[in-house]
Amino acid sequence: MNRLIKSSLLAATVLSGLASVVHAEDATLTIESWRNDDLAIWKDKIIPAFEAKHPGIKINFTPMAPTEYNAALNAKLASGTAGDLISCRPFDASLELYNKGFLTDLTSLDGMGNFSPVAKSAWQTDDAKATFCVPMASVIHGFIYNKDAFDKLGLKAPKTQDEFYKVLDAIKKDGTYIPMAMGTKDLWEAATMGYQNIGPNYWHGEDGRKALIAGKEKLTDAQWVAPFKEIAKWKPYLGDGFEAQSYPDSQNLFTLGRAAIYPAGSWEISGFNTQAQFKMGAFRPPVAKDGDACYISDHTDIGMGMNAKTKHPEAAKAFLAWVASPEFASIYANALPGFFSLNSTAVEMKDPLAQEFVSWRKDCKSTIRSTYQILSRGTPNLENETWTESANVINGTDTPEKAAEKLQKGLDGWYKPAK
Amino acid sequence: MQVEQMESEVAIPRRQPIRWHIAVFLAPAVLVYTAIMILPLGGTLFLSFYKEVQGTEIFVGFDNFRTLFGNERWAADFWNALKNNVIFFIIHMLVQNPIGVALAALLSIPKLRFAGFYRTAIFLPTLLSFVIVGFIWKLILSPIWGVTPYLLSLVDLKFLFAPWLGKPGSALIAVSLISVWQYVGIPMMLIYAALLNIPDEVLEAAECDGITGWSQFWKIKLPLILPSIGIISILTFVGNFNAFDLVYTVQGALAGPDGSTDILGTLLYRTFFGFQLQLGDRTMGATIATVMFLIILAGVSLYLFGIQRRMRRYQF
Repeated sequence: MNRLIKSSLLAATVLSGLASVVHAEDATLTIESWRNDDLAIWKDKIIPAFEAKHPGIKINFTPMAPTEYNAALNAKLASGTAGDLISCRPFDASLELYNKGFLTDLTSLDGMGNFSPVAKSAWQTDDAKATFCVPMASVIHGFIYNKDAFDKLGLKAPKTQDEFYKVLDAIKKDGTYIPMAMGTKDLWEAATMGYQNIGPNYWHGEDGRKALIAGKEKLTDAQWVAPFKEIAKWKPYLGDGFEAQSYPDSQNLFTLGRAAIYPAGSWEISGFNTQAQFKMGAFRPPVAKDGDACYISDHTDIGMGMNAKTKHPEAAKAFLAWVASPEFASIYANALPGFFSLNSTAVEMKDPLAQEFVSWRKDCKSTIRSTYQILSRGTPNLENETWTESANVINGTDTPEKAAEKLQKGLDGWYKPAK
Repeated sequence: MQVEQMESEVAIPRRQPIRWHIAVFLAPAVLVYTAIMILPLGGTLFLSFYKEVQGTEIFVGFDNFRTLFGNERWAADFWNALKNNVIFFIIHMLVQNPIGVALAALLSIPKLRFAGFYRTAIFLPTLLSFVIVGFIWKLILSPIWGVTPYLLSLVDLKFLFAPWLGKPGSALIAVSLISVWQYVGIPMMLIYAALLNIPDEVLEAAECDGITGWSQFWKIKLPLILPSIGIISILTFVGNFNAFDLVYTVQGALAGPDGSTDILGTLLYRTFFGFQLQLGDRTMGATIATVMFLIILAGVSLYLFGIQRRMRRYQF
C-alpha cells in the first residue's frame, strides 16, 4: 500500500514536472486581497470565467480583513510567503512595495493601454515611468437621493448650487425628512463625502490637483477654500446631533427613509439597493452656473499587481492581462455595482443607480481625491488633517479660512514641491 | 563533584551549600518575564534611537526625541495628548475612586439587603470587553437612536441633551465617564476587601469610645484603608496613561473631534501602525512609547518613594 502511494506520488511529481515543462502555464495562483466581502463573487463568477479560458491555471482567492491587510501583506512579502498576485491599495502603500522590490514592473503588460493616465496614476512611480498594478476599479462621488421623497415634495434633482440649496430649504421647510444625512463624528464622512465630493468643481479637477502638487497653488487659495465654505453651509441641513452621528448612522438614516439626500460614494450602491425600500436617484456635485464645466471625483481604489518572487510569472501575467481586458471589467462592474471599471472600453451595467453614476464620466472630467498622491506622505498627514478640519468646519470649530491655513501650514512643514 | 571541590577549597568557615533550588524555582518566571516583558521593552527603548532611512535603520541618538519635542507639529500633538491624558486621569481620580470607596463603604454595612447583588451588578461592567462597552455607550448617547434623549424628555430635561461625544468641549469628559462607569468596580472591590479586613475588635473598641457612624468611617476605617487607596491610585495612574482601547472604539484612531480625545495611547497607535494614508513610523512610535514609559515610571517612582514609604501601617 505504502509503495503504491509512494510510486504514484513519484509518478505524479514526474508527470507534473513534465507537464510544467510542456505547458509553462500549469500553475496555481494565489491572490492576496482585503476585499473579504467579495469572496463569493470571485469564487462564483470571476475565477470560473478565467479558468474556463485558461485551463492550465488555477486561481485561489484568499482575502483577509481590510484593517489587517497592509500590515499582514508587508509581513508576508518580507518573509516570502505572500501570494502570486497582490491586490494594490492606491498610491503610497503600493508604491512603497514597488520601491522595496516586492512588486514587478508591469508597464509593458498586454492590456495596459486600456487605461487612461489618471487611472494608472495610482499605481505609478512619481515620474509615471513605471506602472506596477493593473487598475481594477474606482469609486465615484456624488449625491444619492430619495426619489419618492423628491416626488412627494415636487422637487427635481438640482444641477446648480442655487438649485441645490433651494432643494435643501424646501425639504427643511416641509419637515418630513432630514434634508441631508451626514455626520461629523467619524470625521472622514465630512472630508470624503463633503470636501472631496464637491471640491473638484472648484479646483477644476486634475488641473488644480496637479498644480497643488507642483506647488503652484496653495490650499489657502480661493478655489481650495471654497469647498470648505460650501460644507460649512450644510450645517443647518444636517440632522439633530450630527456632531455625534457616525457613518453607519448616516447610512441608516437614509435607507430608513428619514433623510432625503445622502452625500455618497458609489460603493454604497449595492448596500443601499438591498436596504432601502424606496426608489433612489443620484445627482452629481452641483456646479455654479448651468452649463459650467463639471468635474467629478472618480477615485482609483483597487488594482492588482504581481509578486516579484512568484514562481509562475507567466501565468500571473496571463491573469493580469485578463484583468486588464474588457471581459473582466464587465464581470466585475456588474457583480459589484458601484465599483466602476477603469477600463477605457465602456462597460454595460444593469444597475440603474450605477449607470447614473458612471454616466457622469461622459460629461464631466474625472479626477482623484486631492490628498492621495504624494501629498499624504509626510507628517502631519494631509489626508488625516483634512478629515479633522472638514469636521471642524462643519461643526463651526474652525472657519473655512482657518482650516485651509492649518492644512497648508502642516503641508509646508514637510513638503517642498519641485520648483 | 565540582561542587564538593569548590567547597573544600573556598569554604573555610563552612558555608551552606549553594541553594540551587532558588534559581530553579525562579527560572521559569524570570525566563518568561524576560522573554515577554523585558526584551520587548528593551527593544522599544533601543528602537527609539534609530531612524529608518531607505529601508535600513541607522543610529541617530536623541534625534527622534528632538523631533518629538522640538518640531512644532509633533510637539503640539504630543502636549495635546499628554494634557488630555492628565485630564482623563484627574477625572478618574476625582470620580471613579471616591465613588468606589463610597460604594464599598455602603456595601460593608452589615444590615444591607441584596449586598451580593449590588456587588455583582456594579462589578459586572469591568468584566465586559471594551468593544462592547464602547458600542453600548455610543448607542446610549446617540442623538438619533439613543435612549438618553428619550429618558431626559420623560423628566422634561431634554434641553440638557447634547451630542456629547461629538463636541470638542465635552467628548473627553464623556469618554472618561464611560471609562469610570466600566472600571468603578475595581476600586470598590479592593476597598471592600480592605474594609472587611478591619477586625471587629477595633470597631467595637471605637463604639465603646462613642465613635460611631460617619465619624467612625472618617476616623477609624479611612486611615486603615489608606494603603489600599494608594494602590488603587497607582493602578489608575498606570491604567490611564496606558489607555487606548476605549478611546479607539468610541472615537476612532484620530480621536476626534479636533483631536480632543487624543491620549498618548492613540497618538502612539497612529504613529506606530499608521492610519489610512499615513504609513506607520516604527521609530517615532517607539520614541513615543519610550516617553510614555518614562512618564509612568516617574509617576510610579514618585508614589513609591514619596508616598508609599511614609504611609503608616497598622498591625493588628
